[in-house]
Amino acid sequence: MKRKFKTMDANEAVANVAYRVNEVIAIYPITPSSNMGEWADQWASEGIPNVWGSVPHVIEMQSEGGAAGAVHGALQTGSLATTFTASQGLLLMIPNMNKIAGELTPTAFHVSARTIATHALSIFGDHSDVMQCRTTGWAMLCSNSVQEAMDMALIAHSSALESRIPFLHFFDGFRTSHEVNKIEMLNEDDMRAMINMDRVIEHRRRALSPDHPVLRGTAQNPDVFFQIRETSTPFYSACPKKVQAAMDRLAAIVGRSYHLFDYTGTPDADRVIVIMGSGAEAVHETVDYLNARGEKVGLLKIRLFRPFSVEHLVAALPATVRSIAVLDRTKEAGSAADPLYLDIVNGLHEGLRLGLGSLKTMPLVVGGRYGLSSKEFTPAMVKAVYDNLAVAAPRNHFTVGIQDDVSHTSLTCDPTFSTESDDVVRALFYGLGADGTVGANKNSIKIIGENTDNYAQGYFVYDSKKSGAVTVSHLRFGPRPIRSTYLVSKANFIACHQWIFLDRYDMLSSLVTGGTFLLNSPFSKEEVWEKLPRVVQDQLIAKKAKFYVIDGYSVARDTGMGSRMNTILQVCFFAISKVLPGNEAIEAIRKSIRDTYGRKGEDIVQKNMKAVDETLAHLFEVEVPKSASSTIEMPPPFPAEAPEFERNVLGVIYGNRGDELPVSAFPVDGTFPTGTAQWEKRNLALEIPEWDTKTCIQCGKCAMVCPHSVIRIKVYEGQLLADAPSTFKSTDARDKEWTGMKYTIQVAPEDCTGCGICVDICPAKNKTETRLKAINMVPQPPLRVPERENWNFFLKIPELDRRNIKVTTIRQQQVQEPLFEFSGACSGCGETPYLKLLSQLFGDRSVIANATGCSSIYGGNLPTTPWSKNADGRGPAWSNSLFEDNAEFGLGFRLSIDKQTEYARELLQKLGGAVGEELASAILAASQKDEADIFEQRLRIAELKKRLEKLDSPEARQLLAVADMLVRKSVWIVGGDGWAYDIGYGGLDHVLASGRNVNLLVLDTEVYSNTGGQSSKSTPRAAVAKFAAGGKPAPKKDLGLMAMSYGNVYVASVAMGAKDEHTLKAFLEAEAYPGPSLIIAYSHCIAHGINMTTGMSDQKAAVESGQWLLYRYHPERAEAGENPLTLDSRTPTKKVQDFLLMETRFKMLTKSKPEDAKKLWAQAQHDAEVRYRFYEYLSKRQFESKAAD
Amino acid sequence: MIDLSTTYLGLNLNSPLVPSASPLSQEVATIRRLEDAGASAVVLYSLFEEQLRQETYELDHHLSAGTESFAEATSFLPEPHEFHLGPEGYLNHIRQAKDAVDIPVIASLNGTTVGGWIDYAKQIQQAGADALECNIYRIVTDPAVTSAHVEQQYLDIVSAVKSAVTIPVAVKISPFFSNLANMAQRLDRAGADGLVLFNRFYQPDIDLSELEVTPNVLLSTAQAMRLPLTWIGILYGRLGASLAATGGVHEAEDVIKLLMVGANVTMLCSTLLRNGISHLRFLERGVREWMDSHEYDSVRQMQGSMSQRKCPDPSAFERAQYMRAVKSIQHVTVTGRESWRLMNNGS
Repeated sequence: MKRKFKTMDANEAVANVAYRVNEVIAIYPITPSSNMGEWADQWASEGIPNVWGSVPHVIEMQSEGGAAGAVHGALQTGSLATTFTASQGLLLMIPNMNKIAGELTPTAFHVSARTIATHALSIFGDHSDVMQCRTTGWAMLCSNSVQEAMDMALIAHSSALESRIPFLHFFDGFRTSHEVNKIEMLNEDDMRAMINMDRVIEHRRRALSPDHPVLRGTAQNPDVFFQIRETSTPFYSACPKKVQAAMDRLAAIVGRSYHLFDYTGTPDADRVIVIMGSGAEAVHETVDYLNARGEKVGLLKIRLFRPFSVEHLVAALPATVRSIAVLDRTKEAGSAADPLYLDIVNGLHEGLRLGLGSLKTMPLVVGGRYGLSSKEFTPAMVKAVYDNLAVAAPRNHFTVGIQDDVSHTSLTCDPTFSTESDDVVRALFYGLGADGTVGANKNSIKIIGENTDNYAQGYFVYDSKKSGAVTVSHLRFGPRPIRSTYLVSKANFIACHQWIFLDRYDMLSSLVTGGTFLLNSPFSKEEVWEKLPRVVQDQLIAKKAKFYVIDGYSVARDTGMGSRMNTILQVCFFAISKVLPGNEAIEAIRKSIRDTYGRKGEDIVQKNMKAVDETLAHLFEVEVPKSASSTIEMPPPFPAEAPEFERNVLGVIYGNRGDELPVSAFPVDGTFPTGTAQWEKRNLALEIPEWDTKTCIQCGKCAMVCPHSVIRIKVYEGQLLADAPSTFKSTDARDKEWTGMKYTIQVAPEDCTGCGICVDICPAKNKTETRLKAINMVPQPPLRVPERENWNFFLKIPELDRRNIKVTTIRQQQVQEPLFEFSGACSGCGETPYLKLLSQLFGDRSVIANATGCSSIYGGNLPTTPWSKNADGRGPAWSNSLFEDNAEFGLGFRLSIDKQTEYARELLQKLGGAVGEELASAILAASQKDEADIFEQRLRIAELKKRLEKLDSPEARQLLAVADMLVRKSVWIVGGDGWAYDIGYGGLDHVLASGRNVNLLVLDTEVYSNTGGQSSKSTPRAAVAKFAAGGKPAPKKDLGLMAMSYGNVYVASVAMGAKDEHTLKAFLEAEAYPGPSLIIAYSHCIAHGINMTTGMSDQKAAVESGQWLLYRYHPERAEAGENPLTLDSRTPTKKVQDFLLMETRFKMLTKSKPEDAKKLWAQAQHDAEVRYRFYEYLSKRQFESKAAD
Repeated sequence: MIDLSTTYLGLNLNSPLVPSASPLSQEVATIRRLEDAGASAVVLYSLFEEQLRQETYELDHHLSAGTESFAEATSFLPEPHEFHLGPEGYLNHIRQAKDAVDIPVIASLNGTTVGGWIDYAKQIQQAGADALECNIYRIVTDPAVTSAHVEQQYLDIVSAVKSAVTIPVAVKISPFFSNLANMAQRLDRAGADGLVLFNRFYQPDIDLSELEVTPNVLLSTAQAMRLPLTWIGILYGRLGASLAATGGVHEAEDVIKLLMVGANVTMLCSTLLRNGISHLRFLERGVREWMDSHEYDSVRQMQGSMSQRKCPDPSAFERAQYMRAVKSIQHVTVTGRESWRLMNNGS
């Protein structure tokens, strides 16, 4: 079978092998490995068989621990089984990994290596996760590139069967897992040739079976455990040679030769770098470059890290080596050194002692750290490492790639050093997530990779925002395999796909002299020059750049492409770059359009074809004038009024220059200020809401649903308007309790994302033109400056005294200041309105434990956070521990706070006389039931502190440290359904059972939103999701019902878009209830495939159809002898189908599997009816209270 | 024995009772029940080209929205290898319906492009439909488009479809033509094998509490029958095409009246939705009883007997009749409030 060349990333390449040589695949999503599981699930749902003609069973588990357990079980009963994971997920597999290895069970797990969360979470790549598996007894095989990832995946499975040692096959998260590269595909014959069926049969013979029963997994005592543990030693001793044999077998089949330790460089090198992972490719490129210029350097790539073969290590090194730098992509704080370094030092020492290899004397070995969390690792850094080895006393335990001005470990790099070859096309594309830039570039790579002899590479950098995300695509095309595992920093083609980037990013600093700049411009070729910022003009002139413009916005609009400019700008790239001859490129694009969109119908194909035709007519070269004329300067990332740390650190990160910040710039323990999102003025919205004072009924709904907290309401005394800007809007407050006061709804024009959800929810219609409401979307640019002024004035108006706000009605409650603002969540997010409500009601006294997921990313991803504080400096204190432990983490908050409160009360009782009995008694007796009580208590505590400061006793000092705990604290445990229903369910259940006063808020999007839409146990029946591509066959888990079974848990199921007053009531009741409370909040989501502008309408339809129920279960009602359950949903007035038709997650099944859809939709209707009747029964049943007994 | 059989579009039917395009034909099991209850043929719900196109755009939009924006979630929904975005579902439905029942199955098509009309008509024929009803449902609001242009589009569609298929083709039209008789004749000449009179446009309503225009699907009333009755009466005997009456056919008397003015079949929708499928039996029995009591032997005997050509007073079908009707409305004043009261003839 002839092998094909294809372009793909390593996740797909590895999944291709793993899927085909396994029978059972247990998966769980975690970035950056999720795609491997997604591919496996998709292929299984399409009925694609493995190499033995049978379709593997793919199952999603509740956690990585669960996946490892399922794989362990499958292996024990004789199947070939695998899984995919990374980072924390891998850590959760460790207990099972020890078992699997101890039982000498052949398998391979595929890991896209990712940073372990320490002072912060990071989704990016390093070896901190795999290094934690060194003690599991697993073989560890590393791939450095996409091609190697495919090859090594097969070698891992083959070697595992041959050696009976389980293999952890890993490659760098993102840099390799997500890099698109042209590779030669292994075919099924190759795979069959590599898998020894005799070994498979032996594996089956060892399986647990009642037909030949054995006992495995015993408990052993001190008498024999040790000896039995040593029985495996021969297997580990034999393993490296078996791996080399597998590598040799692959080489014989496909011609690519690998060794356990692969040496590259001159045979007489004096300096060698030892490294594993993608960084080795950058070193390889640099070695070739340096040796071609007369240096004598070498590189040792470690393929098999465990079992560690000293023999092969020393055999691979040239005798001439005098100094070695071992590079670790992990930090083992407190260790004598990082792990790879220690192993190499030990290996060399032992090798020399045993007389192995050609080395006669021990070289000088130093260790260094690089590339944590996908930090760039460039040839300039490699050169710095070689330069360090060249000096008389090389620095040991160094870092490279950062400026460590604290411990002074870092090597100095020459930023101008480059190994990029002139015959490689290097291109940078700046796009918005929504415009299709990345998709177009992936497509271009495919076209070039699969239509020419050129090699192609693509790597894509995304920012951390979910709305208005900026993407930078780094593409290379060249005649040789591309080893440049680092970003393009010297580009000969740069494209800016969005005009708004011009004054945000210094894109042209990466352009080489004589390079090309393509700008998507709403201005004509005649107008465009004058509209450019000065820095852009200067650089175009200085770099003698060729400058092209296309009005892609118009072409997209006129051809029905909307905001998707992928095809248009792809055509521009090919037309200008001439990577392919003109007609050939266009024909390739046309073919690609047909391949890509053909399954979506001819209309979509033709729309794209039309865009191709129109593009060339609108692409123009602009003559660059000899001198710059612009007076437009790039503004600083954060304004001058921002605090120093925000400006000098967070602002620099926001400005895309975080790499330049030194170690000393940062806090030592991962602690950052809140209230920082306010400094990002992202100006994303083309349209923003405008308030019509006359139509407005002051209901507060627009502010309530605003996902980004950009619609604010204030009620204030009229005299404050004296200095108001001329366009500032105000009207008389309509609420009777605010008679005589003024009322303003103000929009933050530069923070609004333009989602329009406020307009959708507004119930007030203009009486003379009913298409208008009390709030209407209007173009942002003309309003930007005046509304900025109005916004700033609005902020200066004092907040209404919280004691004077009736929080039980939305029209008043929404006047409360949000302490969650301007998040980077998706435009129109369904989760964030709940968090904002929480922050308004209880933010000034809340501590929030946030499970990993969307809410932890838009809540806590640098550079800024939406969690903020009020004028008194109070606001939510927020932290994210892990994904799986959030409920326990939050319970810890409660236990801690309660203990300190108790201790403070004890101290206060002791000190009563010293601080004043009256004050002490008042503090101890305070009920703190409402805002007024809390306000009074805060005054008392302030007074207490004053008095304590004057006392000189150990008790007084201790009380001073915990006095704030005497003011009631509200503990909130927040997360998504992946956490609450799946991975964190055990903990959540335990916390509910604890009886402690915590509030759990489940932002239920019914899918793993953050990792890209994988099915959870909350996913409703019939929904299409990743890992449920054929529509979820099982119904949604009823988490609320499970919680109610305890009897002492407050449970509410809410949907703000369906009944906002109900949501408000539930939040108030939950917080007031002194035991555990669980709020399950329906959150519409972009992963539902809906129009986010009308997300609240989807919520309403979900409730009206019975798909989602509104209810409250209040234990205190039971104590009062009433039925604790109130069903707040009316009898469904719509068919479930009416709701399902609104959302692509359901509707697409009718297009992919119509017959299955029919059955599942009927079952979904049945589910809703049964559920409603059951809850109706529960809420109406005769309730017998304990008192009645 | 009373003979209820009739001919429509060249198809020999056991009775003139034909369920028209409606949600009742969405399930094969329901089509079988319609047959069991006495339907002599069934018109399937319409295949809308525009809807297929809209669904395609929506799917493409939602599958790509938000993708490639965020490192952890480069997409949100799985993309199956294959989508069934064309008319496959509808065509399968035709096949299944044909397998399930013995009565003729008439497909219904609403196209938006000439290409769409032709392609889908061909596929419908290949799927085994016995006939095709072209549901030409257009509300032209552009003042620049002339009536002649609109009419020509109708004729072009009929010609195109007729040239593409060999099965009989009926055309369902609205009554809103300046000269319906002329239009009917031109459709007839363009090759229409039958005319279905009339299509009812869904007319929106106003929701006063929400101040919203709401699409309001109203079931027909008995009065709606007057319009097809009028025009079938006028057209009977002037065209080669069969005539189907649709709209307001609720009771056996309605069926009889429409047959008498010349309908080949009477199409039923609202009354079945309102009264259930078993109402078909009730209607059939009612027609039989009336014919029996009035000594009619067959439907063919009564078809057209009260048409304009054959009725005692042909002018009763024409405009003068309207003038007479107006005279029967008296302007009355009741307790100070003005109102119009429709008086009975002769009062």
